[in-house]
Amino acid sequence: MPAWLAEISYLVAAVCFILGLKWLSSPTTAAQGNRLSGAGMALAIVVTLLDREVVSYGVIAAGVVVGSALGLWMARTVKMTAMPQMVALLNGFGGGASLLVGAAEFLKAARAGTVPRLDTAITIQLAVLVGAVTFSGSVAAWAKLEELMTGRPITFPWQKTFNALLFLAIAGLGTWLIVATPPRAPHWPLYAVAVLSLGLGVLLVIPIGGADMPVVISLLNSYSGIAGAMTGFVIRNDELIIAGALVGSSGIILSQIMCRAMNRSLANVLFGAFGGAGGTAAVKSAEGLSVRQVSPDDAAVQLGYAQSVIVVPGYGLAVAQGQHLVRELADLLEKKGGTVKYAIHPVAGRMPGHMNVLLAEANVPYDKLFDMDQINAEFERTDVVLVIGANDVVNPAARTDAASPIYGMPILNVDLARSIIVLKRGMGTGFAGIENELFYNPKTGMLFGDAKSSLTRLVAELKAL
Amino acid sequence: MEALLASIVVFTLATFLGVELINRVPTILHTPLMSGANAISGITIIGALIVAGGGHGWISTVLGFLAVVMAMINVVGGYVVTDRMLRMFKRKPEPR
Repeated sequence: MPAWLAEISYLVAAVCFILGLKWLSSPTTAAQGNRLSGAGMALAIVVTLLDREVVSYGVIAAGVVVGSALGLWMARTVKMTAMPQMVALLNGFGGGASLLVGAAEFLKAARAGTVPRLDTAITIQLAVLVGAVTFSGSVAAWAKLEELMTGRPITFPWQKTFNALLFLAIAGLGTWLIVATPPRAPHWPLYAVAVLSLGLGVLLVIPIGGADMPVVISLLNSYSGIAGAMTGFVIRNDELIIAGALVGSSGIILSQIMCRAMNRSLANVLFGAFGGAGGTAAVKSAEGLSVRQVSPDDAAVQLGYAQSVIVVPGYGLAVAQGQHLVRELADLLEKKGGTVKYAIHPVAGRMPGHMNVLLAEANVPYDKLFDMDQINAEFERTDVVLVIGANDVVNPAARTDAASPIYGMPILNVDLARSIIVLKRGMGTGFAGIENELFYNPKTGMLFGDAKSSLTRLVAELKAL
Repeated sequence: MEALLASIVVFTLATFLGVELINRVPTILHTPLMSGANAISGITIIGALIVAGGGHGWISTVLGFLAVVMAMINVVGGYVVTDRMLRMFKRKPEPR
């Protein structure tokens, strides 16, 4: 294949990626966009296979078959609740591939006895560093989400200093390799850079609490893109650079959105060890306040005669696998003439947009899903708000109590509704360990119990109504 | 040096384009966006194929093989799972 044809094909593939992302701006075109993006990827792969540099196909065929089979199996079997783990692993594999390609390019130059150009030498080291950090950091994030590792921040004295020294050691070794250029340099510093970077990736993720994993996954998503772009600089392919840059910016934007939704800075998430064993200060005492309990039949009557209902789902709902019951409940209410909408806080799931996917899986139409900014003005005109497994994101203290650790965090203004029903296991506090005054509001009725069994009883009572 | 500069220009412009595109993606699609972007970052497959098929000695070939496996998991897993999610987003629920 002539070089110009390959270049044009790569350009076409890049345009497919760009259009694919553009079509993600609406749920009606998103699926087509994803397929177009996949077609671009297929084109890029075919063009590369016809490249003059590729001389043997046996190893490639084996790798493609094994990788595709594993990827297909993961994609088909993964549960929607486990999507954050899946994305973490995929990020990791992308980073791992960049690490290996960077290392192989170094060894190739060393074997051929050629001196790589300075920029290639630099980007090889960057591809190895960023690729390795992405790989091991993603595996650590996956282990936290899969609960193979404690979700609490793991800290030790001088942690940041230690990490900084580790980074300096990597930078030193990398610089040595760049200056001493492969023909004369030994290979061990390259392996050392790879191993130390793998260690750094783990060390950067372990001090971050399980509740902050959405930010971490988004950031690792960005890293995997940057690692890909670095690989593009190494093999001098603009297609990789464009794709890597697109993914890099996507991850950064999503991390920012998640940080804003938690009213925290990225630095605070990454280095703050939030949610540690120390607990949070300034907890408002619940003494002297009482909660009002409601029975399932009272709650069913209240819901059944409501004109407008907003459901606020939290991750507790997904854990209890109660999405399908919520949809059933909503169907019954709509049959009785009420309207049902869903208010989704940005951090309602375990990754950006997670709750929307979980509800879509339960056949909830997407035009009933509203994000915080779209629906916050509607609460005061709403008869009943049904809060299921959500806590901190509906805590009015974020608006009113300057001493609260979550003060300033954007919340769903549930307390402005005419009445509120909260489905909750017990009076425990949320992730942040903060008392929630919404539960003591006279307008609020608490329905205690496991989300799934409470919903089952509500549905049964509504059917009997 | 000129080649490097040209690549830096491409990288910078693509980053700005990415920011513009991603900011238009609605919140409800952020999870498929992430897995779909993930699949795109599997573009490292190009580098992996060149390394694995280049015949540069057994170490490079082994590294290349592993890179192809990882990148293909990334590509196939990412696109298929994104498609699976996007097909669940419907305006009207399916008749049951």
